[in-house]
Amino acid sequence: MSKTTVSRRGVLKTGAVAGAGLAVPTIFTASSVSAFTNDPTGSSVTLGFNVPQTGPYADEGADELRAYELAVEHLNGGGDGGMMNTFSSKALNGAGILGKKVEYVTGDTQTKPDAARASARSMIEKDGAVMITGGSSSGVAVAVQALCQEAGIIFMAGLTHSNDTTGKDKKANGFRHFFNSYMSGAALAPILADNYGKDRKAYHLTADYNWGYTTEEAVRTSTEAMGWETVAAVKTPLAQTDFSSYVAPVLNSGADVLVLNHYGGNMVNSLTSAVQFGLRAAEANGKNFEIIVPLYSRLMARGAGKNVAGIFGSTNWHWSLENVGGAKYAGTNAFVQSFGQKYGFPPSQAAHTVYCQTLLYADAVQRAGSFNPCAVAEALEGYEFDGLGNGPTLYRAEDHQCFKDVLVVKGKENPDNEFDLLEIVDVTPAAQVTYDASIFGGELGSCNPGA
Amino acid sequence: MDAIVLQILNGLDKGSAYALIALGLTLIFGTLGVVNFAHGALFMLGAFCTVTLSRILTLSHEVVDPTRKDFLGNPLKVDVPYIYDWFGESTGAAIIDWAVPLSILFAIPIMIGIGVLMERGLIKHFYKRPHADQILVTFGLAIVLQEIIKYYFGANQIPAPAPQAFVGSLDFGALVGFEPGAIIYPYWRIVYFCFAMLLVGAVFAFLQFTTFGMVVRAGMADRETVGLLGINIDRRFTVMFGIAAAVAGLAGVMYTPINSPNYHMGMDFLVISFVVVVVGGMGSLPGAVLAGFVLGILESFASMRQVIELLPGVNQVVIYLAAIVILLTRPRGLLGRRGVMED
Repeated sequence: MSKTTVSRRGVLKTGAVAGAGLAVPTIFTASSVSAFTNDPTGSSVTLGFNVPQTGPYADEGADELRAYELAVEHLNGGGDGGMMNTFSSKALNGAGILGKKVEYVTGDTQTKPDAARASARSMIEKDGAVMITGGSSSGVAVAVQALCQEAGIIFMAGLTHSNDTTGKDKKANGFRHFFNSYMSGAALAPILADNYGKDRKAYHLTADYNWGYTTEEAVRTSTEAMGWETVAAVKTPLAQTDFSSYVAPVLNSGADVLVLNHYGGNMVNSLTSAVQFGLRAAEANGKNFEIIVPLYSRLMARGAGKNVAGIFGSTNWHWSLENVGGAKYAGTNAFVQSFGQKYGFPPSQAAHTVYCQTLLYADAVQRAGSFNPCAVAEALEGYEFDGLGNGPTLYRAEDHQCFKDVLVVKGKENPDNEFDLLEIVDVTPAAQVTYDASIFGGELGSCNPGA
Repeated sequence: MDAIVLQILNGLDKGSAYALIALGLTLIFGTLGVVNFAHGALFMLGAFCTVTLSRILTLSHEVVDPTRKDFLGNPLKVDVPYIYDWFGESTGAAIIDWAVPLSILFAIPIMIGIGVLMERGLIKHFYKRPHADQILVTFGLAIVLQEIIKYYFGANQIPAPAPQAFVGSLDFGALVGFEPGAIIYPYWRIVYFCFAMLLVGAVFAFLQFTTFGMVVRAGMADRETVGLLGINIDRRFTVMFGIAAAVAGLAGVMYTPINSPNYHMGMDFLVISFVVVVVGGMGSLPGAVLAGFVLGILESFASMRQVIELLPGVNQVVIYLAAIVILLTRPRGLLGRRGVMED
């Protein structure tokens, strides 16, 4: 007869060993499945839409959200499909992304880099967002892009026009569909030379922050290259509301062109002041005095009212592009129909770029067969596509910047309605606005899958 | 020389807005002893009275124009204002064109009402509380008011142009002997300056030459004694709050053609207006007006290219530098009185 003795210590030891033995494979298994941050394991996948819901660009943010909601609806098989029908890639099938239903959470950037980082972090850590997108400012884009790089999340930038986003501050996990300051300068210069001649003296008023500097530099470089002279460049505080004291001396400075490197409220106010001070009607150096706004936004042109009439600028996209430029820009009308039917007015360029970014991300995941950010980045790098409203487009591998035709527009003299504010003057081919990826410095680094 | 004259003119219209807001702030502080951080919001509400009246005047019905297409390719629906139906197209268009001046009449009762409501509904409960509490509650109120405006009108600016008769600019240089075109100044800014002068004059005349004004001035000097004489000074101070709100509101109404209004415009003026009040001398109405113009002109000079090249960034801090210098040399401000905010 044998006797078995079971001691308390023995039970604990055995339990600990058995527990560790069972746990080890689980840790390895978990590691092998979650090789990247926020791997979606359920039947749905969450995207994070980080847009300005409060603050000065709240209207752009609201339009971005509308476009995101439309994109999610289309990805999940709802609505008329919008630009999915015209997109050159046919990987998307209306069954979500990789068969997972697309859901979304939203954050408020407030157009403040700190707030934007906090809301992006919250969407990544609490809501499990696998991709962050949106924004209406370069400061925000650069800040959130850096955060996504650290977190191992793909960042699909919204409206950001500074060269730095895909220049000195570029990141391997960040991608920009929107155009930039360099492209605005390169597209505008020949049109300005054609319309105003090559012997002009320009006076720049520049918003005193990163975007203003890169825009001034781009426009100066491209206009000086064709023979214009820069008489003066004055930085104006970002918080400035009345620009009269900056605008008033322009007429006596020897300049015959005023370039307003301003965006948003700054642009509306400085342009209004310039028109009030009679610059549109004035003559200088024996020529008509002219005003230029390098970056136009329809939502902001509305704020300036009739003052935009006849003033040249550039834009990433406009709802009338396909009607003016023809079938090359297929996708524009499909998107305008889809958006217009749902919301009752045409989409802004902010809405267009974020809709494209959402579709491009979903398509890249679908083609890569994985949500892994490194696989997605690889699928987007060097990707050539068409049918998203801008004509043939390249997502350049070296800096993750999209290259496509750039629109030169002019404020319409007699608009038919409140949406019909800009008239497309010319479409500058992508080749003319393409530059060497190294000129703005910065290192792309390597993709970070996180986890 | 012409550049100097030009910047003085620029300073005058900017100074007009500062002076009007600071005047209202000083009126409230002098009568009720309240530091009203919601005063910038009253300026903004005045501007939105213009926007509201413009929208009322352009209330429209749709008429389908089959010859034109909308952005979706459907026949264009053209908005025809009801006012065209009632008064004919030319008269209707003229009324809409004059929306900004007409808004003065629209804004006065609304702003007085808002002022009285604010004072009776909220601010009177904070009379005996420390200034820090008053600042917090009025600042909170300002945020609430601007968020309400943003909810209804959006975040972007809304154009409210001056009547066609005042569009364009005056060749001021040619009038005073400079070269033609050397000093160009917009008509509407001249109108704004004259309007501000009239309004300041009206407020001073009201306080100086009416019985009501006399009682209010007596109450500002010694509230208790006036109360002991059987005069309901609280009611008069409430009315003064309403008048101060109307002054800020009218400053906002007439400012709309200069800068298209948005929900945030009050905050842009608020901080500078407080500096104006302090530099002018707490509780001094002439001081507020004088400091408004002095700081407005200084700000204009600091924005000149030659000055910025000499002292980069001075345009952003000149008002505060001036405030430091003035307060160091005259601690009670330009026209401050002994005993105000010194207990």
